[in-house]
Amino acid sequence: MRMLLLLLLLISCSTLANSRVIATGGATSIEGSAGGGIVPWAVINGYNSNDEWSANAFISRVSVDDFTLNTSGVGLSLDNRWEFSYARQQFKLDTIGGQLRQDILGVKYRLTGDLLYTAMPQLSVGAQYKRHLDFDLPAAVGARSRDGIDLYLAASKVWLDAIAGRNVLLNATVRATKANQTGLLGFGSDNSNSYQLMLESSAAILLTHQLAVGVEFKQKPNQLAFADEQHWRDIFVAWFINRNLSVTAAYTDLGSIAGLSSQQGWYLSLEGTW
Amino acid sequence: MKLWKLIGILACGSGLLACSSQPAPSLYQQLGGESGIAAITDGLLHHIEHDPLIVDHFRDTDIPRFRDLLAEQLCDLSGGPCVYSGATMEESHTGLNLTTRDFDRLVNHLISVMQQEGISYAAQNQLLALLAPMYPEVVRR
Repeated sequence: MRMLLLLLLLISCSTLANSRVIATGGATSIEGSAGGGIVPWAVINGYNSNDEWSANAFISRVSVDDFTLNTSGVGLSLDNRWEFSYARQQFKLDTIGGQLRQDILGVKYRLTGDLLYTAMPQLSVGAQYKRHLDFDLPAAVGARSRDGIDLYLAASKVWLDAIAGRNVLLNATVRATKANQTGLLGFGSDNSNSYQLMLESSAAILLTHQLAVGVEFKQKPNQLAFADEQHWRDIFVAWFINRNLSVTAAYTDLGSIAGLSSQQGWYLSLEGTW
Repeated sequence: MKLWKLIGILACGSGLLACSSQPAPSLYQQLGGESGIAAITDGLLHHIEHDPLIVDHFRDTDIPRFRDLLAEQLCDLSGGPCVYSGATMEESHTGLNLTTRDFDRLVNHLISVMQQEGISYAAQNQLLALLAPMYPEVVRR
């Protein structure tokens, strides 16, 4: 409640506006944080600059061989400094049967740097509190906890006029996590309840002001004995139609999930920003 | 960059692209030379004039002089036949208390004007890459 009042106070001092350059808010990841599709970046969602705020909402679907992940979420960003987000994930076990759901509350704070203007990359820290809603199955396969907190440090920078007159974005994120399959299979295991450091990275090139293509890699722990967990990767195209609407499509390889190997397929996300 | 050169040579050699031995046009030429830069400068001033969030910063500005100096600076920066004769960026922005938002809005106006003037995306980025490093000299002075 105190947080809500603080937010309202902050918003009342700011204006709803979109002063930043298009595409600088990135897309929204499946965890609700601004970034690529699977990696949170240092960017703050929306186009708010200082003394401004913006809101966003998104829906996305990842459809691989034996699973479907539906995510929807909302976010609020202030001063190109703070980002708050909520996402609900529904992971459908198309072949096995059933579904796993989790809620993700995210907060991100930009420490320093500006994505476009400073020599130093934009640096942000973030936290994602995740809570599983269907924990029976993860518990049955050896997960220790229903909820967990991921912490990350992200660095993002755009190099203007970098390759053939195009702008290039590089991002590196270090995440401390206990999550199995990003939390969809719970947190920790019978043998382990310690944080592990994972590296996540993205590279993109802006072909126009509104169109970016890129690749992402997400390192993942492998804690549960019942099945191997593998790193994730994708290749994406993001179209920033205008400051209010963007669409991201990707081809993704999620490796082995719950014993079903080589999970590949499509990712599609639609986002609105105000 | 070597890869791009190689691709270029291969594309030329195989007749995929029309290539000439002429050097690539300078940024100044890509911006349309003197008249192009004048159009960009006037367009930018027009955008500023209609942006209530930043127009107040120009309340005490001698607009004709500002216009000439801005055009001269863009000409100089882009490799044209001019030498910028105005104050340094720090000097000219001290006391204005400009914020990142002001800078963001100006960048957006510049991009809009360059789009309107039909400047290529590559040339737009070349100019933005020359202007972006001025950020710490302009903001919060």
